[in-house]
Amino acid sequence: MTERFHMPSLGADMEAGTLIEWTRQPGERLAKGDTIAVIETQKGAIEVEVFHDAIMGRPLIAIGDRVPVGAPMAELEPLEGAASPSPSAPPAATGAQSAGGRAAPRGSAHRPEPAAAAPPRSATPAAASAAARPRHRASPAARRLAQRRGLDLAALTGSGPEGAITLADLEAAEARAGQPQPAPARRPSGGKADLAAMRQAIAAAMSRSKREIPHYYLAHDIDFTAAAAWLERRNGERSPGQRLLSGVLFIKAVALTLQAFPELNGFHRAGRFEPADAIHVGCAIAIRGGGLVAPAIHDADRQDLDALMARLRDLVARVRSGGLKASELSDPTVTVSSLGERGVDRLYGIIYPPQVAIVGFGTPRTRPWVVGDAVRPRTLVTATLAADHRHSDGHRGALFLAGLAAHLQAPEAL
Amino acid sequence: MSGETIQITYREAVRAAIREALDRDPRVFLMGEDVGRYGGCYAVSQGLYDDYGPARIRDTPLSECGFTGAGIGAALGGMWPIVEIMTVNFSLLALDQIVNNAATIRHMSGGQFHVPVVIRMATGAGKQLAAQHSHSLETWYAHVPGLKVAAPATLEDARGMLWTALTDPDPVILFEHVMLYNRAGTLAADASAVPITGAAVRRAGTDVSLITYGGCLFKTLEAAAQLAAADIAAEVIDLRSLRPLDDATLMASVAKTHRAVIIDEGWRSGSLAAEVSARIMEQAFWELDAPVGRVCSAEVPIPYPKHLEDAAVPQVPAIVAAAKATLGQ
Repeated sequence: MTERFHMPSLGADMEAGTLIEWTRQPGERLAKGDTIAVIETQKGAIEVEVFHDAIMGRPLIAIGDRVPVGAPMAELEPLEGAASPSPSAPPAATGAQSAGGRAAPRGSAHRPEPAAAAPPRSATPAAASAAARPRHRASPAARRLAQRRGLDLAALTGSGPEGAITLADLEAAEARAGQPQPAPARRPSGGKADLAAMRQAIAAAMSRSKREIPHYYLAHDIDFTAAAAWLERRNGERSPGQRLLSGVLFIKAVALTLQAFPELNGFHRAGRFEPADAIHVGCAIAIRGGGLVAPAIHDADRQDLDALMARLRDLVARVRSGGLKASELSDPTVTVSSLGERGVDRLYGIIYPPQVAIVGFGTPRTRPWVVGDAVRPRTLVTATLAADHRHSDGHRGALFLAGLAAHLQAPEAL
Repeated sequence: MSGETIQITYREAVRAAIREALDRDPRVFLMGEDVGRYGGCYAVSQGLYDDYGPARIRDTPLSECGFTGAGIGAALGGMWPIVEIMTVNFSLLALDQIVNNAATIRHMSGGQFHVPVVIRMATGAGKQLAAQHSHSLETWYAHVPGLKVAAPATLEDARGMLWTALTDPDPVILFEHVMLYNRAGTLAADASAVPITGAAVRRAGTDVSLITYGGCLFKTLEAAAQLAAADIAAEVIDLRSLRPLDDATLMASVAKTHRAVIIDEGWRSGSLAAEVSARIMEQAFWELDAPVGRVCSAEVPIPYPKHLEDAAVPQVPAIVAAAKATLGQ
């Protein structure tokens, strides 16, 4: 059964994306995770991946089209002989098209249908989620035809009364779709984020977070002496390219600790908490010139430190050069932010919706600390937790930070 | 049909219909203000008084309520009266007789009585007769269950609807637009009764349905001709029957053209155009490729000065513009 691939949501702050490039052509075989297109978002150019094996089908939007999250982008044909997989991407699609398929009124039998020229139709009308996209001005007849043909109204410009999309516009679009695609346009931003747009996106997400999420904040000073010494020893044996940063210890320790605190790892959606079934740590990475993104290190609790370090380096490089994958932006279940070498003692994070927690690390530094009966110089790092009080309480948060401290006392076990 | 045709005006066609009815059935008689010696204020009944005499061509006092009631009573008593009301504007004096008696008696008597009266009314603007003689109130009657309401616009309908209306057991109101009386054309020499229900496609087209009736039919046909010059194929539908409305014909046309404009000399608010538009929305919504358009009279009492009267009622350029608007032009 022909399915449709929809514009993915790469975070609560994303409303729409612009198609920059198809990286696969109709008829090509796709494996789960293959990149099929590059889209321009407020976070820069992002590669979007398919969710299951399929054959690349007919594109439904053209290079340069900006369409809202949930709008169909392309058709996906099933593999020969394969049972139709259910798409793992929830199609957040058009309220606009949902009302179409009712019985035709009297007289519709007279209606000329250019059936012979019709392209393959999508057999599955998109599920409705009226809030997912703005309503397009399109005539009822155009809506019905679009629904029958699996065409996306969002990708069209109307020529009818008050700019409405009409039957004639759909027919013209179908005629165009039958012709070769224009050559891929140059990536408008060279793959890098438009900083003004990113600022807007951050502003929107953070404002929403502060408006909607009842944060509570906890801070805990953690003795990092053993971990710092372990790191120093270990890095001393290695070439600079293989050395570990303290950041990966934080990421791993957070991920391991979260295994016992599912209420901090997941999403607030539709008024309820949805625990995540894996721990994907979003790592806040600053972009030169301003802004930041927090792409995921997947299954951070199950990877060793070297693998995590490699992933972190890769992410940092791609944040700066472009080329993040859609799943990396949409998958994080929790965020870790570390101001590393910047010298602050602690940071209080703002939760990135729909996540429910963010863990912050200040700079590890040597401070006087009471050990036993004596004041000793120790390396300390202050960890903070900002969490969503709708789904967890300070008591559990405190236990989480204590658990985090315990993990950092045994770096060799991380 | 013999294929033989005659030249005739609308007025003459109505008169021929009355003559035929008087000849065919002794129960038929005509009554109204000045229908006898004067020959009718629009000269429809000219000469009938001399031929049929005062018993069958009856002049009445200037009392619409009185003589319409008398007509209804005569119908209850077994006659087939044709009541002529000079214009629909004056018929308001007879509303009580028509709405409370003619339309209800069959129902209130449990079917024991029926009222086979035919009430002819002139309607519409265009003769500089000012506000008390020029309104189009057809929709007020089309609102009332128990009545049948028809608007003959063509010579065939002017000639053929009367007999069918007389044979109908229920009260029928026939609206004759004042601007049609002088229209001349050819008619089959043996033209006779036609149905009083059902709409007619007066011009076939594929791009937009222009739905109208009565006096606006020929303006609409002229607009369709102009649209054709602009490569727009308009379909023109003559409602003919205003109650009941022929939904099937309307929806079939909209299903074909996906666009509709209704041209109605009534005022827009609460008009027949509003009713037709609503039905299209209810029954053919998913066929529509553009909002339904309406060309109606300006919401003012019809003015006396010629230029203002012309400006107040639907005219060809407005119909053309409304049709183009449905195509985004």
